[in-house]
Amino acid sequence: MFSEWRFTAKDIAQKPDLFTSGHRACAGCAPATVLRLVMKAVRGPTIVTNATGCMEVVSTIYPYTSWAIPWIHTAFENAGANASGIEAAIKVLQKKGRIKDGQIDVIAFAGDGGTYDIGIQALSGAVERGHDFLYVLYDNEAYMNTGIQRSGGTPLGAATTTSPAGTVIPGKLQYKKPIADIMVAHEMPYVATASPHYWRDLITKARKGIEVNGPAFLHVFAPCPRGWRSDPSKSIELSRLAVETCIFPLWEAINGEYQLSAPSKVMALSPQKKKPVKEYLQVQGRFRHLFTPKFEKMLEEIQRLTDERWDRLLKRCGLTQPAKTA
Amino acid sequence: MKSVVKQEFLALNGDEAVAYAAKQADVDVVAAYPVTPQTIIVEKFSEYVANGEVETEFVCTESEHSAMTACITASATGARTFTATAAPGLALMHEMLFVASGCRAPVVMAVANRALSAPINIHGDHSDTMAERDSGWIQIYAENAQEAYDSIIQAFKIAENPKILLPVIVGLDGFTLSHTLENVQVLPGDVIKKFVGTRQFPFITGHEGKTVSFKLDPENPLTIGPLALQDYYFEFKRQQEDAMKNALKTIRQVHDEYAQISGRNYGDGLVDPYYLEDAEMAIICLGSTAGTVKTVVNNLRAEGVKAGMLRIRTFRPLPVEGILKALEKVKAVAVMDRCMSFGGCGGPVFHEIRHALYDALAHPYVVNYIYGLGGRDTSPSQIREIYKDLQRILQAQRVEDPIKYVGLRE
Amino acid sequence: MTTQERGWKEIPPAGVCWKPSTEYLTGDWKTYKPVRDLEKCTRCLLCVIFCPDGAIHWKAEEEDIEFDYDFCKGCGICANECPTNAIEMKLE
Repeated sequence: MFSEWRFTAKDIAQKPDLFTSGHRACAGCAPATVLRLVMKAVRGPTIVTNATGCMEVVSTIYPYTSWAIPWIHTAFENAGANASGIEAAIKVLQKKGRIKDGQIDVIAFAGDGGTYDIGIQALSGAVERGHDFLYVLYDNEAYMNTGIQRSGGTPLGAATTTSPAGTVIPGKLQYKKPIADIMVAHEMPYVATASPHYWRDLITKARKGIEVNGPAFLHVFAPCPRGWRSDPSKSIELSRLAVETCIFPLWEAINGEYQLSAPSKVMALSPQKKKPVKEYLQVQGRFRHLFTPKFEKMLEEIQRLTDERWDRLLKRCGLTQPAKTA
Repeated sequence: MKSVVKQEFLALNGDEAVAYAAKQADVDVVAAYPVTPQTIIVEKFSEYVANGEVETEFVCTESEHSAMTACITASATGARTFTATAAPGLALMHEMLFVASGCRAPVVMAVANRALSAPINIHGDHSDTMAERDSGWIQIYAENAQEAYDSIIQAFKIAENPKILLPVIVGLDGFTLSHTLENVQVLPGDVIKKFVGTRQFPFITGHEGKTVSFKLDPENPLTIGPLALQDYYFEFKRQQEDAMKNALKTIRQVHDEYAQISGRNYGDGLVDPYYLEDAEMAIICLGSTAGTVKTVVNNLRAEGVKAGMLRIRTFRPLPVEGILKALEKVKAVAVMDRCMSFGGCGGPVFHEIRHALYDALAHPYVVNYIYGLGGRDTSPSQIREIYKDLQRILQAQRVEDPIKYVGLRE
Repeated sequence: MTTQERGWKEIPPAGVCWKPSTEYLTGDWKTYKPVRDLEKCTRCLLCVIFCPDGAIHWKAEEEDIEFDYDFCKGCGICANECPTNAIEMKLE
C-alpha cells in the first residue's frame, strides 16, 4: 500500500519549503514547524486548503502568501468540505479531459478548533464519502487564533480564557476528546498521530497519508508557547515530553488495525522510561494552578486518565504492559 | 422572434425542469443536500448520474453548508458547479453565500422558494431568498417551470462571464412551481452545450508574478481566500458591486441570445412588463403570482380598466432603469411582497421600488400588499380587490393604508 | 500597513494574493539571535528541520548551514534542540 519512501535529514533540509518563510506566526510556533514538515512530504502536484485559524491567518495576510502551491480558504468549519469540492472537481475534470491527467494530491489543514468542534461534521462527512485527501489536524489544544479559548481538544485541567483557573474551578473540567479514535471508528484507511520532535515519523506518516487511496487523518501535536504560557524555545521539547509521558502516544491505524510507532513502543516495552505527567505539566503556565495545594488533586486525576488511555491503547495494539509510572 | 431550433415538449414539474437544464448544461460538480421542496431536483439528478446520462461528480454532502462549500472550492478548481436548496438550507448556507460571491465563484443555484421557520412551514414564499438579497448573488425569479428551465441555462452563461464572475440564484416558488406539472419546451442537448460553451477563466496575476487563469492549478499556484485587513477589504467589495452593475447588461445580452434560439423572451430579461404602455395602475410582483395577476389584468382590460403588471424577473442587480421606464405613465402602484421585513414598514420589494422611484420626475402612489406567506394561496378575486384599492386611491387622491395584508385573518 | 495602496480597479479580483511572503522580512521581530560554535556543530541538520520559519538553510555547495537573519524571529528552538549545544542565543 505504501511506497516506503526513505529520506535523510539532508534530503529534507534540501527540499525547498512549500510553506515559505515570512509568515507571521509567533516566535516558537510549533504548528508552523508541523506545516513546514508536512509540506516536505508532498510528492507532486498538490492543492492545499486551510480552515480559518492560526496557520491560515499568518500565512495569507493580503497581499502576501506563504504558499508555493495552489491554496484556498473559505471558512472555519469546513476544511473537510473544502477538500471534498476540490477532489470532486479534479476527478471529473480529468475524466472530461479538461485538465491534464496525473495524480493531484489534496491536503486539508485545520486546527483543533476547526476539527474537534465546529469542523467535525464536515470532516466526518468527507471521510464517510471516501474522498481521496489527507486531513492534517495541528492540535494546539485551544482556539488560539481568537485568543486561547477552550476547545474539545483542550486537556483536563488546562486554563484557557473560557475555562480559566479561578478560585473555585481549576481550568477545564472535561477530558480531551479522543478525536483520532473517533476517526478510526469511521473505518477509514489511515489514521495516525504524530509529534514534531519525531520529525522523521511525522514526515513518513504525512507521506503515507498522501499516498493512501481514500481519506487519511493525521493528528499532530503542536505546542503553542503563547497559549500554553511556555518558553518559545521549548515548543519542540514539549512535543517530545508529551510522547515520553504517554500523554500523546504515537500510533497508526491502518485499515483499523492499531500499531504503536517506535517512540511510543519504547515506553510500552520499557515502562520505567515512561515519565510522570508532572514533568510535562510543570513547564507550562496553563497548568500552573495545579501546583497549588487547593488543586493538586487534579494532577493525580490527569495521571490516572493518562494511564487509563495508555492502557487502552496498548490493548488495542495487542500489548498488555500495565502502565506504571515512577 | 422566430424560433430557430426545433424543440420538444416534455411534461416536467419545476424541479424536474431545473434538473433537466443542469444536465444539459454539462455541469461538472453537483454538491447538494435534500430539502423540501427541492428534493426532486437532487433525486432526478442522481438518477441521471446512476444511469450514466451525465458525466458529473455528484457529492451528497452532509449539510447545505458543506454543499455550498464544496461548490465554491470545486468552482475554484475549475469545475462548472450547480446546487439547489430551499429556506432552512439556504439559511444554513448563509455564511457561505457571502464567501461564494467574495471568492467570485460562478456557482448556479436553484432555490425552491419556501418559508423560513419558525414555525416550520414547507410551502412557498420568498422569505428565504429575500433574506439573502445582500449576499452578492444575482437573483432571478421564474414565473413558471418553463422559465425556470430557461433561466438555469442562462444562469451558467451569466455567472461564468469573465467580467461578471458572480454566483446566480434562480428562484422558483415552492410547490406551486417546483411540484406542478407543466408542458415544458426543451432545446436539444447539443444546442444547449453550444450555448453555454465550456467554462472560460479570466486572467489574473498571482504571487509568482505570472498572469495565469483564475483557478487552482498546481502548475500556476494562486492563493484564494486570504485575510484582507482594513486596508484592502473595502476594495474587494467595491469590485463585487462593479460586477453587479455589469451584470445588468450581461443578463439582458444572454437573455436576448437565448431568445434567438428558443423563441422565448421574458420582457428584456430584467423586467417583464404586461400591458403597461398605457396603464394607470399596476401591480408589481415576483414569481408565479404573476401568472394569476395576468389573468386578472386580461379580465380588467376586457372591462376597459387600464390595469397592468410589472413582473420583476431580475431582483439583483435591481434594474432601476427598467423599473422607471416601465412605470413612466403609471399613477398608482401596488407592490406585492411574499415576504415580511419585520420592523421595516413594508416588505423588501416595496422598499426597493420606492427607492427606485425616489429620483423619478413623477411619483405614483406606491402601496404594499404582503401576501402568500407560508404558501397561502392568493385568488384572482383577491387580486381584483387590490386593483379596486388602487382605483379608490386614484379617485380619493389619498392613501389610507400604505401596507395591507392579503387574506390575513384579523 | 506595509503594502502600497492600490485602488479597487488595479488589484486582482477575489482577493488573490500577489506577493510571496518571502518579501515580508520578519527578522526585525527578534530580540535574541542564534550564534553558532562552528567546532561543536556536527551538521546534523536538526535546527534546519525544526525551525518554524525555515530561517536556517542548508547550503549544499558549502556543505554547511546558514542562519537567515532576515526571517529568524529569535525563538531559540534551534538552540534548545541542538544535540551538541553548538547554538547560543545572544542579545541582538
